[in-house]
Order: sequence, then structure tokens, then C-alpha cells
Amino acid sequence: MHPFLLAAIGGGLVGVAAVMMMALNGRIAGVSGILAGIFTQAAGERPWRLLFVLGIVLGGGLPPLLNADFKAPLPGAGVLLAVIGGLLVGFGTGLGSGCTSGHGICGIARFSKRSLLATLTFMTAGVITVAILRLTTGS
Amino acid sequence: MGKLLASLASGIVFGIGMAVSGMTSTARVQGFLDFFGAWDPTLAFVMGGGLLVTTIGYRFVLRKPAPLFAGSFSLPTKTDIDKPLLIGAAIFGIGWGLVGYCPGPALAGLTYGYAPTLAFIPAMIVGLLLAHKITAKT
Repeated sequence: MHPFLLAAIGGGLVGVAAVMMMALNGRIAGVSGILAGIFTQAAGERPWRLLFVLGIVLGGGLPPLLNADFKAPLPGAGVLLAVIGGLLVGFGTGLGSGCTSGHGICGIARFSKRSLLATLTFMTAGVITVAILRLTTGS
Repeated sequence: MGKLLASLASGIVFGIGMAVSGMTSTARVQGFLDFFGAWDPTLAFVMGGGLLVTTIGYRFVLRKPAPLFAGSFSLPTKTDIDKPLLIGAAIFGIGWGLVGYCPGPALAGLTYGYAPTLAFIPAMIVGLLLAHKITAKT
């Protein structure tokens, strides 16, 4: 299947998950916020968050199990860069109240101005970062 | 019970979507952000598919008085464009560009067992907790 079609189907599934979360639990399917809440929210708020995160881990593991053609992609970064990037992604999404799913999908789908601006900001920062990375490493 | 199962089911669908879409590939994500190089438009289709379904789905769902397993919808109430929003988003974008992972895809790729993914996730949680500490003070 063409990567564009797979991308649209995968994106559609993320949308289905977001609509399920809203229709059933009344929650935004924002990964960074739900993940943070496991550690910061009151005990009663933790189980559903933990199960959502566990679901993502399990769901992500299914395609390689079910389809031999699915190659689990190897991250390009080394461990040190991954730690630095992880800190920045965690801190940034924590401070900015959301990530690609919460702002980029759920927020824009609600026509939230905050989410639209956040999405434009992290996309721009990402584009600049990759441009600098390409210039300095030549890769 | 329904609430917990709904979370698990939604998470599983979300994770499958991440893997199928190509978002768990850091090379593909960085390719999408590589506007000035060999731009890979694939992720625009992920965003497009996700937004199409969510925008239409929300229109129907949010018309209902309440979700099935909760008393009310928990929607963000903030509307002002403040510094933490924009600074946080910019910092997130830098980390996203450096590694090619945002939170969802990193979790979806956890079972592939690669060392950088296993390192990224705890670092991301530490970052989230640091941000929580700072924002809880102000």
C-alpha cells in the first residue's frame, strides 16, 4: 500500500481513538497531558490514564506482530540525543499544555485558537531545528 | 469499569494508528520537518486523516449532553494565548525536530525495544514533571 494511504488510514485511526475518548469518557486524547496526569493527578484519576498509555504501547506493538512486512522503525538518534530530546519534548509539552495529539488533532478539531497557535509554533520550531541539524551534521 | 475499558480501547486504536501511519519512524517525521531539504509530505496525510475524523466526530459527540461513562465533558477552558503556551510549544518543537519523536509515537514504538526509544520515554516523563513543578508554583 502507498505510504500516503497508510498515513491517512493511520491518521484516521488516531481520529477514531480521539472521538472514542470524547464520546465515552469526555476527555481530550492528548498523550502528553494524560501521561503527566499518571504522576501528578489524584489517585482516582490515574487508572484510566495508565490504561490509555498502556493501550498505545500495546496498539503500537500490534502491526509488527500481525504483519511480517511491517518493519519496526529504528530511531535515528543515539541514546544521548534521545535523552536530550525526551527532556525537551516532555518539558515543552508540559509547559505548553499539549503535544501533537492534544493540540494538533483534538485542539484544532475543536477550533481552539490556542491549539492552532501551539501547533504552528511547534511545527515551525521543528522545521528550524531539522534545518540546523542538516546544515551542521550534513546528514 | 466502562471508563477504564474505553481508555484502554481508545489507546489501542491510537497506538495502531501511530504505527500504521508511519509516525513511529523518526526518519519519516524528520523528513516531514525537512522543509528546506528532501521534504517527505507523508505526515500531512496523518494529520489530514486525523483532523477529518476528529472534526466531524466531535461535532456529533459534543452535541450530546454528556459522554457515556462520565458526568460531563472535560474540555480545556483556557482561551488566552500566553507565554507558557508558545514557549512550551517552541521547546517541544526543538526536541521533536532533534529526535523525530513526539509523545504518542514514542510510546507506540516502545515494544520495538530500541535503546533510544527506551531512553526517550523516561526523559520525557522527567521533562513533564519538571514543567509541572514550575507551572504549579506560578
